[in-house]
Amino acid sequence: MNNSEYKGYRGIALDTLKQFGAPVWSDVTIQTHQGEFTGIILPRSETADEYHIVLKLRSGYNIGIAAKNITCITVTGRKEAHYKIPEKEFPYDPKKPRVKLFGTGGTIASRLDYRTGAVIPAFSPGELYGSVPELADLCNLETEKLYGVFSENMGPEQWKGTAEAIGREIEKGVQGIVIGHGTDTMHHTAAILSFMVQNSPVPIVMVGSQRSSDRPSSDAALNLMHSVKAAAESDIAEVMVCMFGPTSDEYGLLHRGTRVRKMHSSYRSTFRTIGDIPLAMVSRTAIRPLRTDYKRRRNDKNVIINTAFEEMVSIVYYYPNMRADILDSLIDNGYKGIVIAGTGLGHVNKPLYPALKRAKDKGIAVYMTVQTLWGYVQMYVYDTGRDMMELGVVPMANMLPEVAYVKLGWALGQTSDLDEVKKIMYTPIAGEITERELSNGYLIFQGGIPEVEEFISKIRK
Amino acid sequence: MKLSLRTFVPNTDTSLSDSLLDDYVFQNFDKMTPADYDFIGFRSGLEIHQQLLTSKKLFCRCPAGEYSDEYHAEILRHMRPTLSELGEYDGTALMEFKTRKEIIYHINRNTVCTYEMDDTPPFELNEEALDIALEIGLLYGCSLVDELHISRKQYLDGSIPTGFQRTTIVGVNGSIPYKNRLIPIVQLGLEEDACREVSDYGHTRVYLTDRLGMPLIETVTAPEMRSPQEVAEVNEIFRRLVRSTGKVRTGIGSTRQDVNVSILGGTRIEIKGVPRIPMIPLLTYNEAQRQWNLLRLRRELHRRGITPQTFSYHFDDVTRLLRKTRYTPIRNAIHENKTVQCVVLHQFKGLLRWPTQTDTYFSREISDRVRVIACLTTLPNLIHSDSPSETLSTAEWQSVRKQTNSSNDDTLVLVWGDTKDVETAVQEIVIRALEATMGVPSETRQALSDGTNGFERILPGPDRMYPDTDLPPKKITKDRIERIARLVPEPYWKREEWCKTLNIPSDTLKPLTISPYYSIFEKAVKDWKLNPTTVAVSLIQYPKRLKRKCLSLSNLHRDAIEAILLLYRDGRISKEGIYIMMESVCENGTLEVDFEEEDYLSLLPNEIEKCFQDCKHLPFHHYEQMFRTLMRSVMNRFRGKIDGAIVAEQVHFYLKTLSV
Repeated sequence: MNNSEYKGYRGIALDTLKQFGAPVWSDVTIQTHQGEFTGIILPRSETADEYHIVLKLRSGYNIGIAAKNITCITVTGRKEAHYKIPEKEFPYDPKKPRVKLFGTGGTIASRLDYRTGAVIPAFSPGELYGSVPELADLCNLETEKLYGVFSENMGPEQWKGTAEAIGREIEKGVQGIVIGHGTDTMHHTAAILSFMVQNSPVPIVMVGSQRSSDRPSSDAALNLMHSVKAAAESDIAEVMVCMFGPTSDEYGLLHRGTRVRKMHSSYRSTFRTIGDIPLAMVSRTAIRPLRTDYKRRRNDKNVIINTAFEEMVSIVYYYPNMRADILDSLIDNGYKGIVIAGTGLGHVNKPLYPALKRAKDKGIAVYMTVQTLWGYVQMYVYDTGRDMMELGVVPMANMLPEVAYVKLGWALGQTSDLDEVKKIMYTPIAGEITERELSNGYLIFQGGIPEVEEFISKIRK
Repeated sequence: MKLSLRTFVPNTDTSLSDSLLDDYVFQNFDKMTPADYDFIGFRSGLEIHQQLLTSKKLFCRCPAGEYSDEYHAEILRHMRPTLSELGEYDGTALMEFKTRKEIIYHINRNTVCTYEMDDTPPFELNEEALDIALEIGLLYGCSLVDELHISRKQYLDGSIPTGFQRTTIVGVNGSIPYKNRLIPIVQLGLEEDACREVSDYGHTRVYLTDRLGMPLIETVTAPEMRSPQEVAEVNEIFRRLVRSTGKVRTGIGSTRQDVNVSILGGTRIEIKGVPRIPMIPLLTYNEAQRQWNLLRLRRELHRRGITPQTFSYHFDDVTRLLRKTRYTPIRNAIHENKTVQCVVLHQFKGLLRWPTQTDTYFSREISDRVRVIACLTTLPNLIHSDSPSETLSTAEWQSVRKQTNSSNDDTLVLVWGDTKDVETAVQEIVIRALEATMGVPSETRQALSDGTNGFERILPGPDRMYPDTDLPPKKITKDRIERIARLVPEPYWKREEWCKTLNIPSDTLKPLTISPYYSIFEKAVKDWKLNPTTVAVSLIQYPKRLKRKCLSLSNLHRDAIEAILLLYRDGRISKEGIYIMMESVCENGTLEVDFEEEDYLSLLPNEIEKCFQDCKHLPFHHYEQMFRTLMRSVMNRFRGKIDGAIVAEQVHFYLKTLSV
């Protein structure tokens, strides 16, 4: 008998189902030592154990029954689930702008996966229109699935592919681009796309969701509406991340791709612009810029796509008592670039110096960023900083560690001449280094303090 | 207008024939007999929600059972329907989506963390709560599941910020004895409690989140109760049975029941959130009456030739026509640029005045839908030509009839509000009228304080269930069941039988058999051989008395009570001493055995003598008077230490010796 009829079952559970001829989706009554249960046999997650059979009761609840307790299964019928988001053709309105939505994966659109018991992405314009019909009020949407991966599996190959796809769409004359992406590494992708796609004439908006779209309270639909609105209507022709501002369903923020970072493992309002302020606020009805120094939308197609990337680059997060062998192993393994997230203004301890010298001698590009995330590297203040610069460590101003990582890969992809690399690293392309830091760039409120509490009580978070 | 009808499977049960509907006269509440209920095919089942007595919530570590209206922050959410596991949308979910509600949550940091706000994934299931649920499952004789699967039950009304309730089945197929039969328990679930609603006005609904996430069990019975009285009695059995574990919460809001009612040819209707058991008989009676009357209404519609196939209507904007009306609600609405629509229900004349429940008419069914789904919450939210008085003038009704081209046999329904809301309202009016041609629509209805009920939402089905992908299945081990099986209390009715043989006073017997102190009682009577009534009164009446004195019983632990009873057994305190010591424990927090090891009995004769010397000069008129005075002063010295009866005996003895 075909095992695919017994999706996910193995061991004693599989044997029991086979013994009674009850494949998955059978409507059954199961006799056990415990009593009688009636329902539909569901597939079992591959990561779950081999001892239980999953039954959907008439009430819709699922339960697990130990196979060893089963004395008899009577099959009375069959009901197979067709989990499908209702598809409707996306309507076309010649007066509305053309927006392209690329899918790379993530929870922005998802459905249940019985293999793992988790949610997996699902994506098509029809499905999106079926679940978020409001999108049709904003644009004519075209979609293309580039990848179907969780964001932790996004890497140089996908970055390049996405950049090239963006170039092709701009060539075709779209008025805005939205990229659906898992949130975990969205800021890495946003940063590298800021370098690989330059001089874009249209907005490029990355979006995801923190609560999967299979939940009624999901932020997916609103994030999609915000991002599509930004792509279709905003004047900001940059690579941006569009995600919730507060945790409430109020407005989204457009963050510059090189200054944004995921700052909470689960909050809806997890994305924050670091060391600066966001580009704009976006609601279902309006886009409100918060600054004026952004690149404007244009009518040409003069985009520059540069997808060079050197993969032998690493980030090292410094900690007290770090040993030189950490750096040595990178050097010995042929890495060409290392970004250090140092303490304070950009420091590491003395025992690393010999390794830093080895790196310099081997022609490895070593760049310093700060693990405080906010603020600039300043290696002149203390002697140790000066010593390190002698050893070839290049201070990277207020570039975020992850941004420095992708930019160094991109720079090394173009040249192996370290002076050239340095020139590229220091030439701001998309706001990755800011000349100034304004006083409202750094805003982390300390909860519990009366004035902060008073403020929080008055706004919807 | 495109009319999107909800899936509605009419009950085609024809066993209640039309002639029966015509012939039988539905009796008043007091006059209904079991035979009447049998005749109309009354059936009712219960879904009882009982909070569990745990220190923390079910899926996070917030404290459970702390309530406060105070809040520190607000969160705003909207809910969207999603697909069920079997790939279908739930009717209720779609209805709630139509309401376009803004949901506002009040967040109090002392009772709510980022989990309840839906900004943090669930923590592991509270093991304490699971143990209690399993214990009650065993008490019900349920088949317990081998592996728990956490499900998400969708609630788009916003009562849970995630949009779903995390819930799991612990056991199925249990039962409890009632009269000479068994009431089957379909399932026992363990789930998190929802928010408390603060207000619901227009498109804004506000919730308090303190109760959210507290563990509760849901007991679902089969629809085996055959009269309103039976429903209340069975509910009472469940209430007492779960309380006998000592592990459930008591007090206002800790137990809430949904009552399902149907009659022959009717539909299962869920009356939601009944707070008190004594309300059940009238509520279920009224629902049975409503279904009966709706079936009669269907009969009348069919008699007029109106069936689901022939049902027809039209509607028209009458805003301009009525801009000068004297009817204030409509005139004000038009002033505020709102729209007035007139729905014409063909051949419906008089039917909106069709009685449904006591002093309630079919128009209420329609008005409720408009209020809940179209969010036209200011009442009256509609008027109709079947009750023309005190609304529009006759001339105005005439002109509306003329503009809408309707005949005198049609019923006109006017509804007003924001254009979008009125659009929804028109749809809902038509849907409800059409449903009347099919019978009793599946609904969840709200219990009202006068014993009638009102529409709350479309009855949700199994399509609103979805597996919780945030938590893996949880195995229930044999060891765990065996450990819990040892804790399961004996059913309270068995306890009652034994207590009756001990002649426990009836006002104490009932609370005793479900008291958390019952095991102390058993020990005191069986092992320590104490007088059952003394112990029962000490365990049940004394704490009540202390509570009346506004003392907190939180210090009165089982250990302290046992220690006090042991002091009594050892003769170191008297019967009165039990209460005095309990009071002192409540006040001081600990049991202070402050008296020294004295042999009070040996001191008694001397003390009587001393007291007598102090009072013998008083002018006593008779023996009783002298006895009472002496007794009082001796007892002042020995109260709580020597039993009053012994003192009395000795005082009598002393006085009698004197007189000799």
